[in-house]
Amino acid sequence: MTRHIIPLDTVTTRISAPISANPTLNPVLPPNARGGCAAKSCGSSSGSSGASDLPPEVWDKVKNHPCYSEQAHHYFARMHVAVAPACNIQCNYCNRKYDCANESRPGVTSERLTPEQAVRKVAAVAARMPQLSVVGIAGPGDALADWRHTFETFDQISRQFPDIKLCLSTNGLALPDHVERIRDLKVDHVTVTINMVDPAIGEDIYAWIFFDHRRHTGREAARILHERQIEGLRRLVEAGILVKVNSVLIPGINDTHLATVNETVRGYGAFLHNIMPLISDPAHGTRFGLDGRRGPTPAELKQVQDQLGGGARLMKHCRQCRADAVGLLGQDLSQDFTMERVGEVTVEDRPDERRQYREWVERERQDRQQAAQSAQAVGRGLNTAVAPPLLVATCSRGGGRINQHFGHAREFQLYEVDGSGIRFIGHRRADHYCQGGYGEEDKLEAVIKALEGVPVLLAAKIGVCPSDRLKEAGINVVTDHAYDYIETGVAAVYRAHLAALAAVEDVAVARAS
Amino acid sequence: MAYKINAANCTGCGACESDCPSKAIRMKGDVYAINPDKCTECAGKFDSPQCVAACPADCISRA
Ligand code: SF4
Ligand code: SF4
Repeated sequence: MTRHIIPLDTVTTRISAPISANPTLNPVLPPNARGGCAAKSCGSSSGSSGASDLPPEVWDKVKNHPCYSEQAHHYFARMHVAVAPACNIQCNYCNRKYDCANESRPGVTSERLTPEQAVRKVAAVAARMPQLSVVGIAGPGDALADWRHTFETFDQISRQFPDIKLCLSTNGLALPDHVERIRDLKVDHVTVTINMVDPAIGEDIYAWIFFDHRRHTGREAARILHERQIEGLRRLVEAGILVKVNSVLIPGINDTHLATVNETVRGYGAFLHNIMPLISDPAHGTRFGLDGRRGPTPAELKQVQDQLGGGARLMKHCRQCRADAVGLLGQDLSQDFTMERVGEVTVEDRPDERRQYREWVERERQDRQQAAQSAQAVGRGLNTAVAPPLLVATCSRGGGRINQHFGHAREFQLYEVDGSGIRFIGHRRADHYCQGGYGEEDKLEAVIKALEGVPVLLAAKIGVCPSDRLKEAGINVVTDHAYDYIETGVAAVYRAHLAALAAVEDVAVARAS
Repeated sequence: MAYKINAANCTGCGACESDCPSKAIRMKGDVYAINPDKCTECAGKFDSPQCVAACPADCISRA
């Protein structure tokens, strides 16, 4: 078999951020200037400093988990195995024909696997990707409604791949019954989808639940689900398991309620809160789709996330991956690893390659952190009048570097920079909009739409035509920072931006006098 | 004898289908159904009917 490793650019040259020539942009650093950005804006990792805002035992659990650590998602890959079709609730944004929309991208169907097939598939992926650090079960139904398949799969994986972390996602209804088993299997990350903490809101989200041998509907169903979710969350936290809460943002139903959800789940000790946009399409045949209920725009999503910003660890790098997703976040190799391709033979495991890869990441991380720290100093201490915030989108395929050709990018990582530093804001996907047509022209239009309101895009390379077209649309594409760390590139762009602003100011001052 | 699915409660999740050792379960419209000619009640293979254990909606019972 040909070796195929997701190329991370292993350039280890240190990129020292050049100091601006303009002295006003170069305030003296306060002695306690802290690298990295405020925890508030960066979810589980402070942009690039990572470990600094977490207790060491927690950092140890999350540092290699791409979904729990924004920083890890640049380096590590996860895979989901779709072994759990059974489900015990009916959400109005779900249709059984497709994967569970709580945790996966709505409208896709995963190949269902038996536990034995799942183990073979993990072996095949591990042999090709030393980046693999996590195997999760997220459906296609509910991992705990289908606990037999889920636990059998975990049992086998933990025996054969002891260094790989396990995680699962659930709607929480069956959760209280399984906390001990989850702990014993050393599953140290669980995601619970909690869309409401008020049954009056829940009754608009869930059609029914199946609990204690009976189907329940309406407010009663939502009340039971809510109580079970909270009990499960509380007991997981007690058992020392990290819990991420997913909430689907459903405009008109729970958009104003999510602040309360956030407060509640944090109160019970949830580690991370992830607000996911409802993706709704009549073609999916879901209740919400048929009712014409739409998903939030990127701006609406950001607004809700910003409201919850204060002190909450918000996850902003979620890609709503499929129940059979494989690869780095934002990358989907699931079609390379169908059972047909995986075949009947279990490939030999090479745990040493994963170990070596992890050691390399540790070194690379330190390098990146230093680069990021000096980049964070850009515009430090300037107030927003002199240093207004700037949005910068980047094309990256991993490693925290600007290393992707524009033509290959399906999503863009968005950063905001101002006097207080560089913050990761989230992703803009172009492929959500692309589903209709596949022509180059359509794709470009989709990208322009996805990047609405973002004036600068950093890419490793771009063709002349698309570059011109983006420029017309008000998006300036910069390729001068190809293969640099993202923070370094963002800082450089911002420095130029401030210099340009200052020049305009100077001209104005000169004219006035 | 055979087992049967109560279509009114079936969620159509398909969990039973993959667990049936006799390949007796197939999708029929939006829900699943057991072919009584193929269902062996799992005799000789398992102590209890696999589909009943898999079903999250308690909708499989003896015909
Ligand atoms: S009882 Fe056994 S053989 Fe019959 S349908 Fe269920 S799983 Fe299949
Ligand atoms: S497991 Fe139960 S609910 Fe799911 S398809 Fe089979 S009979 Fe229907």
